[in-house]
Parts: sequence; C-alpha cells; structure tokens
Amino acid sequence: MAEVLVYVDHVDGAVRKPTLELLTLARRLGDPVAVALGAGAGATAGVLAEHGAVKVLTDEAAEYADYLVVPKVEALQAAVAAVSPVAVLVPSSAEGKEVAARLALRITSGIITDAIDVEAGESGPVATQSVFAASFTTRSIVTTGVAVITVKPNSAPVEAAPAAGTVEALTVTFSAQATGTKVTGRTPRESTGRPELTEAAIVVSGGRGVNGAENFAVIEALADSLGAAVGASRAAVDAGWYPHSNQVGQTGKSVSPQLYIASGISGAIQHRAGMQTSKTIVAINKDAEAPIFDLVDYGVVGDLFDVVPALTAEVSTRKG
Amino acid sequence: MSLRIVVTVKYVPDATGDRHFADDLTVDRDDVDGLLSELDEYAVEQALQIAESSDDEVEVTVLTVGPEDAKDALRKALSMGADKAIHVEDDDLHGTDAIGTSLVLAKAIEKAGFDLVVSGMASTDGTAGIVPALVAERLGVAQVTLLSEVAVADGAVSGRRDGDAASERLSAALPAVVSVTDQSGEARYPSFKGIMAAKKKPVQAWDLSDLGIEAGEVGLEGAWTKVEAAAERPARTAGTIVKDEGEGGKQLAEFLAGQKFI
Repeated sequence: MAEVLVYVDHVDGAVRKPTLELLTLARRLGDPVAVALGAGAGATAGVLAEHGAVKVLTDEAAEYADYLVVPKVEALQAAVAAVSPVAVLVPSSAEGKEVAARLALRITSGIITDAIDVEAGESGPVATQSVFAASFTTRSIVTTGVAVITVKPNSAPVEAAPAAGTVEALTVTFSAQATGTKVTGRTPRESTGRPELTEAAIVVSGGRGVNGAENFAVIEALADSLGAAVGASRAAVDAGWYPHSNQVGQTGKSVSPQLYIASGISGAIQHRAGMQTSKTIVAINKDAEAPIFDLVDYGVVGDLFDVVPALTAEVSTRKG
Repeated sequence: MSLRIVVTVKYVPDATGDRHFADDLTVDRDDVDGLLSELDEYAVEQALQIAESSDDEVEVTVLTVGPEDAKDALRKALSMGADKAIHVEDDDLHGTDAIGTSLVLAKAIEKAGFDLVVSGMASTDGTAGIVPALVAERLGVAQVTLLSEVAVADGAVSGRRDGDAASERLSAALPAVVSVTDQSGEARYPSFKGIMAAKKKPVQAWDLSDLGIEAGEVGLEGAWTKVEAAAERPARTAGTIVKDEGEGGKQLAEFLAGQKFI
C-alpha cells in the first residue's frame, strides 16, 4: 500500500492532538509514516503506533530548536526521498503551514492549506476547505507532484488503530540555508491549565460586552466548568482585556470546536471568519439584533452577567 | 550604507462584501470592492518605522501583483509614506496560486533589488500565510516571519515571534524576508499631505515578460493545485432564541445537556 507522511507536532515527546487526527485522515490514503523531529522525538513512537503509524522516522538534532523552520523542511525533504509518499499531511499551525509550503516548493508539489477534510479521490487526495469566512466550501486537488496538505485541528476524530510503529532514524544533512535564522531566546507560554485554543473541543469567548479585563473571570469560570478554552474577540483584545494569543477571528486564530459559546460578542465578519465552522454555536448577548444570532443553534437574549454565572452554576451542579 | 526595503502588498476583496467564485472557480473580483489587505498595512508601517529609525539612507518600495484596480492598494501604501511602487500586471496571471504568486514576487523583488522584504503575516482573503516563507525559499534568503516586534541594526534583522507554545527571539543577517503580525504596531493613517504627495510618486508597471516568466508558469494553467468544486455553504437552519427572564442560564444548560455537552 502507498505510504503517507504525517508531520508530528509534539512538545518534548508529548504528541499534540491534531497529529493524532492527521493519522486518522492519513489511513484513508495509505499507510501512515510519521516524522518526529527534535528533543523527545523518539518518545512519540508509542502513541503514534497506537494510532496507526506503520513507521516512525525520527531525528533529534538540536538544529530543529535552534533555527527557524528550514531544518524541519530539510528533514521532511529527506523523508520524502526515503519513502516516496503519495501525500504529506501537516497540522495547520502557523509554523506547520510555513514548513509545508517550503517543502512543497522544494519537491515541486502543489500545496493546499487549512483543509477541514481529506479523502482519497480518482486523481489523488481531495481536500475540503472552508473559505470566505466559511461562506463557501471548496474541494481541491494537487495537480503537480506529491499532495502536500495542511489540516486544521478538529477536522477528524482521533481513532485507535494499532500498527507496527517501527522506529527508524532519519538521516538529515542540513544545508547552509537551514541555519539562516537563529532562535536566540525562547520563553515558554505560561500554562493556564486550559486546553489550547485551536485544538479545544469547547471554546467559550468573550467580547466587548464583557466590559473590562477583571470581568473575564466570569468567562473563565464557565470555561473551567466545561473544560473549555477561552477565546476573545478583537474588540476585547484591542481594549487590553485579554491576551492576543486568545483572539479568535480573521487576524487572530481560527477555531473549529464541537461547541462555541460567544458571550457579549456581536458577530462582526472579522470574528465570524474565525469561528463559523464550529459545529454547534451558542450566543449570549443583550442586543437581540446582533448578527451573531444569525449563526446560532441556541441564543439567549440577555445580560451575560446574569446568564453566564447561572449557566456555570447549572453546569457544575449537573456535573456534580 | 543604504537599505532597500521592498514591501509586498495585496489588493483583496472587501470581506464585508458578498464574496463569490467566478465560473472558472477563481475569486470573482467584479462584484466586490477591493482594498489594501489590512494585514499588509502593518507591513508598510513597520517598513516606514525601520526607515525612520535608521541613520542610513532607506528606500521603501511597495510591490503588488494584481489586476488594474490593485493600483489602489499601492496608492494607499504610497500615501502612508512609501517612496515608490511596482505593479506587476498581466492577463496571464489570472488564477495564479500561492506557489505561482511567490515566483512572480521573487522575480520582481530580485529585479527591484533588495536588502529586506517586509510582508503581512497573511492576506485577509486567502489567509494561508505561506507566501512570505515561499518568497524566502525562492530568494534563498533567511525567513524571519510572524514577528510582533521587528528591528534592523548592523546588517541584521531581529524580532519576536509569538507561537502557541512559546515566544521566540529571532535573528538573521540581511538580506532577509520578514512578515509581521497585527501586534507589531498600529498602522498610521495617510495624512492629507501624504495623499497629495502619493499622486506624484512613481508607479512602475511590469508584466511577465519584464520578469522573464513564461505564461504557462503562472495563471490557472501553471497552478500546481486545482479547485474542483466550490459550493455556497447552506444557510444555517434558524436556531432557537430565547429571551432571558431569569431562566436563560438554566434553559441554555438544558440545551447543552440535550446536545451531550454536559
């Protein structure tokens, strides 16, 4: 059977969920071969094997952490040469897309970014994308070379499918270009204990209606009761009430959770572009005319400072 | 010493308009007004700030690839303070994908001459955010992308890149390709003086032959990807909307429990 390369996103050997989702999609196209790079790469093999990787190619060179993007491109290029895959799947993070793009150019292949689904087609993999603030859905193929496709988090279920997961060392020789951009410092983001925004199954967001940084505690309390990530609209971020890393929208992050709860967010196109593909959408807003209500599965017209704490209390009671 | 900065900008369909696909599945540009991509305004701003804070002679050139109307995007950048503009326009560019766009940009940047390329983190229409990386690959220079802070000194560019897991400090020798996020600093509004001055600034027009690119390398024919189908997303079925009269939170919990979220 044909092989499919899957780029592994991990932190010191802990594989992030979007990679496991990619393994589900990869199995539709062929036998997944995972590529894990950097410190802890070898430690990823167990979980990758449980989720369908027939082989895990690893290289723990320091270059992956010390220089930006290009060392990873060169490793994937070496993996493509070693395996001759029918497709390369990469998580659609900002860095994942950059790595995938440069790889595509190097191996003379087309690239499709931000796919929300991938399936086998007559002339190779077919990728579904959601475009124009999710008002259109497109289906695209790569016509030149190997299909290089980046896939958004939450696009496929994580399924166990035990496979061999044989670990093999990947031999990578770095070019002069690989060391062009040096990482001179790194400050890990402080953990909030909440799930990462782009991969969370539930996102609770606050906007202008939250009316102050201190009031975000109300949004956080609901998020914690549901085990959700916290998001914020651009208005809330620009006002300095919540960090930019939590901004959902066209210039922030694009999320596609199972459940999205918008509180005090009117639903400008800028925000909708970042959350419209959420499976179930709920909004709480004082203004019955707010455009967000056009998108919702369930909406409450009311003061978020009444509704959200009441909901939080109810969730906590039910979860007991 | 002098520093040549090329800022790549894109003319995009207004996101508040009703965007559609044309019959050939390219973006229909006729039905929606265009404008300078908001994220590229931050790139223009950072280029101007680098120029203003430098002791060297700095020239800021804005470059766009696009149809006739794309001149509007160049004019906006010139009125903000860029020195000159280059417009690559050619009928054969219709339907060019990101890989093809990076080819045209790289050829034009090489022809213009550069020490630093500054781009927005992504366009507000395609939103992929891969063109700066592709241009760096094409030019064979360092990629210093997604910066929320950028500085140029002593022949090197440095900055801060805020990722999901960590915030990184980056550094590379020039020449380099930089992309900046909307956190890099608010873009200035063109002054009346700037708008008047922009009218007199030179806009150079190049086509594919000026760049030594064959028609078949770009456009729909030269694209390495193909959109096979585009469908308007079915309108969401109208949801349940209740007015909170004291029970709103409870009702919402009931709905979430019914959907198995609780």
